[in-house]
Amino acid sequence: MILVTLIAVLFVGGLACWLSERFNPNLPRVIALLTLLLDFALMFSLLGAESTSTWVAVLEAPWISRFGISFYLAADGLSVLLLMLTAFLGVVAVGAAWDEVQDRSGFFYFNLLWTLAGVVGVFTALDLFLFFFFWEVMLIPMYLIIAIWGHENKNYAAMKFFIFTQVTGMMMLVSILVLAYFHYLQFGSLSFNYHDLLNVSLTGEMGMWVMLGFFISFSTKLPSMPFHSWLPDAHSQAPTAGSVVLAGVLLKTGAYGLIRFAVPFFPEASMAFAPIAMTLAAVSILYCAKVAFAQDDIKRLIAYTSVSHMGFVTLGIYAWNELALQGAVMTMLAHGLSAAALFMLAGGLQHRIHTRNMPEMGGFWPKVPKMTAVAIFFSVAALGMPGLGNFIGEFLALIGAFQANVTLTVVAAFGLILASVYSLWVLQKVFQGEYSNRSFDDSHLTDLSRREMLYFAAMMIGLVWMGLYPQTFLSMSEPVLAQLLSDSTQTLVTSLEGGL
Amino acid sequence: MLELIWLLPAFPLLGFLALVLTGGRLPMQIAGPIGAGSIGLSFAVAALVASEFLNSGLESFTYEAWVWMSVGGFNPGFTFYLDGLSMVMMLIITGVGFLIHLYATGYMSDDPSFARFFSYMNLFVSAMLMLVLGDNLVLLYLGWEGVGLCSYLLIGFWYTNPTNGYAARKAFVVTRVGDTSMAIGLFLLFAQLGTLNIQDMLHAAEMQWSVGSGFAVAASLLLLGGAVGKSAQLPLQTWLPDAMAGPTPISALIHAAPMVTAGVYLIARTHPLFEMAPSVQLLVALIGLVTLLLSGFTAMTQSDIKRILAYSTVSQIGYMFLGLGVGAWSAAIFHLMTHAFFKALLFLASGTVILSLHHEQNIFKMGGLRKALPVSFFSFLIGSLALTAFPFTSGYFSKDEILLGALELEGVGFWFWLGGVVGAFFTGIYTFRLFFIVFFGDSHAEHPPGKEVGGWHMNGPLILLMTLALAGGFIHVPLDDVFSHGEGYGEHHVSGLIHGIMIAVPLLGIAVSYLFFMSKTFSVDKLMASALAKKLHAFWFGGWGFDTLYNAVLVRPFLYLARVNRKDIVDSFYALVVTVSQAANGLIVKSQTGSLRWYALTVAGGLVVMVSLGATL
Repeated sequence: MILVTLIAVLFVGGLACWLSERFNPNLPRVIALLTLLLDFALMFSLLGAESTSTWVAVLEAPWISRFGISFYLAADGLSVLLLMLTAFLGVVAVGAAWDEVQDRSGFFYFNLLWTLAGVVGVFTALDLFLFFFFWEVMLIPMYLIIAIWGHENKNYAAMKFFIFTQVTGMMMLVSILVLAYFHYLQFGSLSFNYHDLLNVSLTGEMGMWVMLGFFISFSTKLPSMPFHSWLPDAHSQAPTAGSVVLAGVLLKTGAYGLIRFAVPFFPEASMAFAPIAMTLAAVSILYCAKVAFAQDDIKRLIAYTSVSHMGFVTLGIYAWNELALQGAVMTMLAHGLSAAALFMLAGGLQHRIHTRNMPEMGGFWPKVPKMTAVAIFFSVAALGMPGLGNFIGEFLALIGAFQANVTLTVVAAFGLILASVYSLWVLQKVFQGEYSNRSFDDSHLTDLSRREMLYFAAMMIGLVWMGLYPQTFLSMSEPVLAQLLSDSTQTLVTSLEGGL
Repeated sequence: MLELIWLLPAFPLLGFLALVLTGGRLPMQIAGPIGAGSIGLSFAVAALVASEFLNSGLESFTYEAWVWMSVGGFNPGFTFYLDGLSMVMMLIITGVGFLIHLYATGYMSDDPSFARFFSYMNLFVSAMLMLVLGDNLVLLYLGWEGVGLCSYLLIGFWYTNPTNGYAARKAFVVTRVGDTSMAIGLFLLFAQLGTLNIQDMLHAAEMQWSVGSGFAVAASLLLLGGAVGKSAQLPLQTWLPDAMAGPTPISALIHAAPMVTAGVYLIARTHPLFEMAPSVQLLVALIGLVTLLLSGFTAMTQSDIKRILAYSTVSQIGYMFLGLGVGAWSAAIFHLMTHAFFKALLFLASGTVILSLHHEQNIFKMGGLRKALPVSFFSFLIGSLALTAFPFTSGYFSKDEILLGALELEGVGFWFWLGGVVGAFFTGIYTFRLFFIVFFGDSHAEHPPGKEVGGWHMNGPLILLMTLALAGGFIHVPLDDVFSHGEGYGEHHVSGLIHGIMIAVPLLGIAVSYLFFMSKTFSVDKLMASALAKKLHAFWFGGWGFDTLYNAVLVRPFLYLARVNRKDIVDSFYALVVTVSQAANGLIVKSQTGSLRWYALTVAGGLVVMVSLGATL
């Protein structure tokens, strides 16, 4: 029941935000904050039960039984980690929007909470039809957030985001339907149940095509080369809270989908496809790091670095061994925090000086010392400094991937050099150098407020924790990944035997 | 008592946290004692631990603070490992580090960002201690990257000047190139040997690999990549001279004593790997030799007091690499230690000179300073003597060990020895060139030198370092257990002639320097008269064109690619889809004319086409 509650709380809270605006325009943000804190608190009840079996809080009720569709929610260690990240960043996003969003705030928080409700659904749905439903639920409110509260070029960006996600979402839907149909062919009944569909054996060319439907959809969300180009626009135009949710949480649904569905459903096709996926990953890492370096718009720059970092996730997933998968999961968590924080910094700057254009900035250090310290921290985290979470993720992903593919891992490792190039470049352009007020009004260029410091401090603690004692997180996802690995090996072995 | 070893990195880390969490606003009277005191406490603990260790018969000791992570057989810990090598390193880092911190409380006392400065310094020492104490390569890598970060922050400490920012980024990125090579080395070692615990890994390597095996060569080559980056050896040496942009105590702390020797430590720590890859070990020696000669030439042409010292550092680390490469492991570490003494002394003394002359760094705008700056004069005298390996100073013993080690190598050994001796000749020239120009002759100062800056916290460290630079050669480093199958320490049997040459050559260098810069018997201007000499000078001055080369082959192409593809070419594909749909839309819109005649015509035309198509089929 707890999982339904988690989702329902967000839906109801969202409605309450919308309705409460007519009483007081400051009420929605309070309600949104309380809703997310409640959700976050509720999630802790998932932690205790965890040890008994892989799946906790299972809820399965018939929905459209004729087509084998059920309302099936469950969580395991991996989902719980991502749920907590979602709620945590939800709170952070509310903090980011606190002062920034004044216009139609009720509807804004409604959209924010509904997006997050969709994300929680995505991380817990074990019926593919339900999964697809939540996949769409998180898309539309996010579209509205960009389209209504975005910046100068918001309609273009929102539309691009929508079309990319929608078109590839349709590919996934087709794949899901084909999968359900093959279940009908092989077992005599339609089913959208995750565990049922795992038994469907789709091999050969058909398996490859159906797998690609999932892969393209998920890797567009992630995003990975060559489906990444919606992200820089979406990020640069979205309001800060939108960027936080987008970078911190929404991208992770793509990675989650790859780990949970794309590879386990099609172990054979995935194995054959792995070299291509890993190549795309390595290219993403280097190419987007290079493009990031060339950007003047600070949000576009961070957006490209996101794509670059997500390359390590793809690399880890398609290496498909324990080290690499753990690395992918840790990168998801750590990047969730570090990218969200960097977008908050960029958004905070834009809120203060009304520009994102870096050539106009410079020498802000003495004016905003706290902000500078925070920026140094998160840039350094992003470039993979040991002792912080991102390092653990990337190092594990690489050391695992090395065992699967030496060449591509070595190529990907050069991303570590490029990451230091662009990270330090941002620090130089914005905070170091001589302060020169060129074209903007700097009267609002104030240091971080107590509220902002609170959010950043929470994220810093998170990254230090992940960096120094990652075991807390690793041991939660460990049984899940072990299960996935052994299942897929099993399937591969069986199909090999069948082939003989 | 040995369990206290975890306090070593903990004290500086606490100091860092205290300084940073207060927003760098602590007044000097509090920030100074925290900053320097934390290192002092670390040194006290280090001394306690070391004495216990020496008394307990040099038994290696492991202390696990906690398991870092444990994933699929990969379980590095925050585990500290103490043996002769890490003991020597930790004593150098905390001891020399403490003196430098103490000196810095005086040197930096006018700087508004005093607390920020000490927070970086403390973090640096903490990371450096993790580097040398870590029992696994991942923890070592943490320290390795940590010192890189602090070096970046400290070089760019005066951030308002973009040149400093550039130097800082250059240092970080260039060393990161090496770090990445090292990281790949770690991946390889783990994939092949299944552990990154250093002792287990070395043991497994000796079991699994034969001498000269491909894996051993690849692994040691990749680690060497990391080492040349951090230790500023060819081909990644270019960052160090620029790194002099930071405040002078930084140069002493990072670019003289501990940090740049990290590469030497890494190779010494994993020396069995290198012994299994003799070709790579030879390469280490070759890199060392070439680096020491090239940077010796460059040092002779520089005019900035700190850059001279920087190139001399690169050159001296070249000696250490030479030592490592010829298998004179303990000699290399011994030279690392004595170098830490005399180079820290020289850098700190140059700080006093620079500060007393109102931040003048050009040696040709100094001159005749021996009366005005007596403490600096004696510091430089002793430091320079040790640097040139004047008999019975500390540098003499350690350089001797390395050169004799080279001589013991069959075949190429003699050439290594000869190269090292030639390098010693250059060392004598450039060191005393600096010394004579700065402290003798006429003053060329734009401002008359003020009173020599000092006070006990600046002069105290200088005096202690002078003592160490003079007498440090008599310290016995207990490394026989670490390098058990290395060379016999201090048991060389060579002819008197060889010894004579090794004593005479540096003196000859000093003499040449005297004739040129002191007595002016020979004139540099005459030497520089020919066009060839001018070109050579410019070439050496610019560090043998490495910067130009890297700019042309790496930096500029990267910038170019980044610039032309700012708009992300992949996106243009999707933009094309949009353009095509819009164009199609435009065409179809044109067909919606609203004119009945046009519609009737197209319907009729369509019919004709379809019917005729049907007929032909």
